[in-house]
Amino acid sequence: MPVLRAVLAAFSLSISLPAFAAGIDDAVTSFTLDNGMQVVVVEDSRAPVVQHMVWYRAGSADEPVGSSGVAHFLEHLLFKATDTLKDGEFSSVVAANGGRDNAFTSYDYTAYFQRVAADRLELMMRMEADRMRNIKFTDENVATERDVILEERNQRTDSNPRALFGEQMNAAQYLNHRYGVPIIGWRHEMEELDRDDALGFYNTHYFPNNAILVVSGDVRPDEVKALAETYYGVIPANPDLPERIRSAEPPQTTERRLIYRDARVAQEYVSRSYLAQERDPGDQKEAAALTLLAEVLGGGQTSYLTEKLQFESQKAVFSGAFYRGVSLDDTTFDVVIVPTPGVSLEEAEAAMDETLAQFMEDGVDAEQLERIKYQLRASQIFAQDNVDGVARRYGAALSVGLSVEDVQTWPDILQAVTPEDIMAAAKTVLKREASVTGWLTRPITPEVN
Amino acid sequence: MLMTRFVAAFAVAVALALPARAEVKIQEVVSPGGITAWLVQEPSIPFMALEVRFRGGASLDAPGKRGAINLMTGLLEEGAGDLDAREFARELEGLAATFGYDVGDDALSVSGRFLTENRDEAVELLRTSIIEPRFDQSALERVREQVLTGLRSDMKDPAEIARAAFDKMAFGDHPYATDYKGTLESVAALTRDDIISAHSAVFAKDRLYVGAVGDITPEELGPLLDTLLGALPDTGAPQPGPADITISGGNTVVDFDTPQSVAIFGQVGIEQDDPDFFAARVLNQVLGAGGFESRLMTEVREKRGLTYGVYSFLVPRDHAATLQGQVASANDRVAEAVAVIRDEWARAASEGVTQAELDAAKTYVTGAYPLRFDGNAPIARIMVGMQMLGLPIDYIATRNEKVEAVTLEDVKRVAAELLDPEALHFVVVGRPDGLESTPAN
Repeated sequence: MPVLRAVLAAFSLSISLPAFAAGIDDAVTSFTLDNGMQVVVVEDSRAPVVQHMVWYRAGSADEPVGSSGVAHFLEHLLFKATDTLKDGEFSSVVAANGGRDNAFTSYDYTAYFQRVAADRLELMMRMEADRMRNIKFTDENVATERDVILEERNQRTDSNPRALFGEQMNAAQYLNHRYGVPIIGWRHEMEELDRDDALGFYNTHYFPNNAILVVSGDVRPDEVKALAETYYGVIPANPDLPERIRSAEPPQTTERRLIYRDARVAQEYVSRSYLAQERDPGDQKEAAALTLLAEVLGGGQTSYLTEKLQFESQKAVFSGAFYRGVSLDDTTFDVVIVPTPGVSLEEAEAAMDETLAQFMEDGVDAEQLERIKYQLRASQIFAQDNVDGVARRYGAALSVGLSVEDVQTWPDILQAVTPEDIMAAAKTVLKREASVTGWLTRPITPEVN
Repeated sequence: MLMTRFVAAFAVAVALALPARAEVKIQEVVSPGGITAWLVQEPSIPFMALEVRFRGGASLDAPGKRGAINLMTGLLEEGAGDLDAREFARELEGLAATFGYDVGDDALSVSGRFLTENRDEAVELLRTSIIEPRFDQSALERVREQVLTGLRSDMKDPAEIARAAFDKMAFGDHPYATDYKGTLESVAALTRDDIISAHSAVFAKDRLYVGAVGDITPEELGPLLDTLLGALPDTGAPQPGPADITISGGNTVVDFDTPQSVAIFGQVGIEQDDPDFFAARVLNQVLGAGGFESRLMTEVREKRGLTYGVYSFLVPRDHAATLQGQVASANDRVAEAVAVIRDEWARAASEGVTQAELDAAKTYVTGAYPLRFDGNAPIARIMVGMQMLGLPIDYIATRNEKVEAVTLEDVKRVAAELLDPEALHFVVVGRPDGLESTPAN
């Protein structure tokens, strides 16, 4: 339903929906170049199109202290000149070949991609390999692009009370880990980012032994291998690549609460995040149980929270639970309730907590779990119609240290989860001492607008 | 959460720049009951995507009932036939099917994605939601509250405020002038009878378009169409007439306390069936469509760092064609962004584009064609769009020739005729320094 989707979309800035796994193992090939660059090929010959992606194991959580936003800033600057390309020429060449290109930065990775006709793959690879080591940007580039990222922050964060609230929630959730710092950066640090900051990040992380090449579409693994060896294989590895050790969280012993007030808030709500285990290499069982817990509890129209809070007590116009398992370090499990008009945030929070407590007594509805598992199996069929989605799943997973095998066994691990596993995971994760509860609300003295 | 280099959010509903891929073999299927659909058989994956669209959409709201069709659309999956909302949701999840219901100014769309192994059951469930929705009072109240929640959010969203102000100025007394989601007042007043009337206004065979892609044969599709849609009435509410575009040049500033102003700008555009449409399409590619290569992006973002994104887009809707754009800049910089955009409008109007720009734009517009065909559902949507525009079934194979045929002279002439910096109106929402409202006619 469009209405619900719109409400859901409102939360997508701070909370990611679980990415349903889907393995189409027979179409996926992977290998590693001599210099350590990992390669994944996802074949689909239904259309003469290819998507070429390079993922770096370097995201905002890998930034030096004091330079928040530099990973994303560098991502922007990678579209400037190289030894052989002029400012902006990269994208112009892609467009002149009928293609589309873009890039994105997250906590744990930065990725660059192009979608083009399959016969242009070599050109894309040549240019992407070029900017892995040969980027050149001027002080003027840096000054202009810094204005652009500040406008991006204006647009995506500072103009959006939900995004500002989400920043505060994250900052409170992580006492010591870099996930508490926004990907785009804190404004005061973004304003100080300079050429040396960007080059420092580039010269630490942008090397083939820190990158994953993912090619999907109308290609054969042997052609990809030959091209990859020609263009990426010749780039020397960085022998001094730093180990990815971020400052770890201490034991979380104290529940945190915050109230974010903003006159622009249209819809008040309560959000709760709990520190949660992520998917670990060779050890994804707990994450699988948490993934299904989010579905059972708040994943759709028949989920527990929706039934109790939207249909029965009607305290909420929306409720949901979210878990994002693809993460290098501890992630979060999130629950949200948007109260019906006339229901205060205090009442809404109480209703949410009563419902969670009731769930711990009621347990998992076996029929609901079967429906969810059937949908997961069906999603493996639907995923074959979207190989770029499959490619992204591999890129993200490999960027956080999961293996190809971890990605391919994930659907079976999900299917094997029992109601007992889910309840055990719920008991482990829903700990108030490791949680943050936030209210997004309006100022005490309403402004005249 | 991702930060990305740019968000092409505004390039969406635009232009229906139809892609071309020779391999797409579309066949026309007419059901035993007389319902026409376009089909692409794609048996390699055991599911199908179906797109059903009804022309008119929310523009068929009865006088004083703005928002009724939108609310009705939101209720279609909230109980149908023997099933209440929760039972319907359980049934749908149990089939692992996905149904989508969406409405806009020109059409209401129903889309379905279902596995071959339980297709008949999924089609039957989808049928009940189209033909026998219950519109239970409890569901009505719940969804009404969700719509009101969305409307309250829109009232605090600078881009939505700008959009509403622009539409109000641009479209006079046409339905396009007001938000199809209605107002807090109109939605609060809607009754169950209004919802039932909204349903019979929209759903009828005389405005129906169907596209199907996937694991199904023509012989199977015919009966499926009759099962799904055979019980529809022949006719519904009359379509609205053309809209007079009443906006003229100038600026309108809407005060809103936010650090970054959002501007929506626009003028009269060009119809999709105009012989010059492709020249305009290529012109807009150079001016402000797409990513980084456009003049607006180069001048406003790349050279001056005034924004994260600036776009222009052709909006050829059924009853009015406009050329619009959007930009967001900090309050102390938006006046400069507006000035640069006006200058680029004037430069393109007087000089047209260069041969190099034309060549690059044509390569892009033609070369991007296969990229759009990235799945069964997108192909189904494209085929329905083609039918609604009255395009021939072999259009895909000829479309790129029309783009290739555009000459430098065509673009220059169309730029001079279409782009009118004097008529370009900016609605700016925020606290912009150095910008004030001008009397808009």
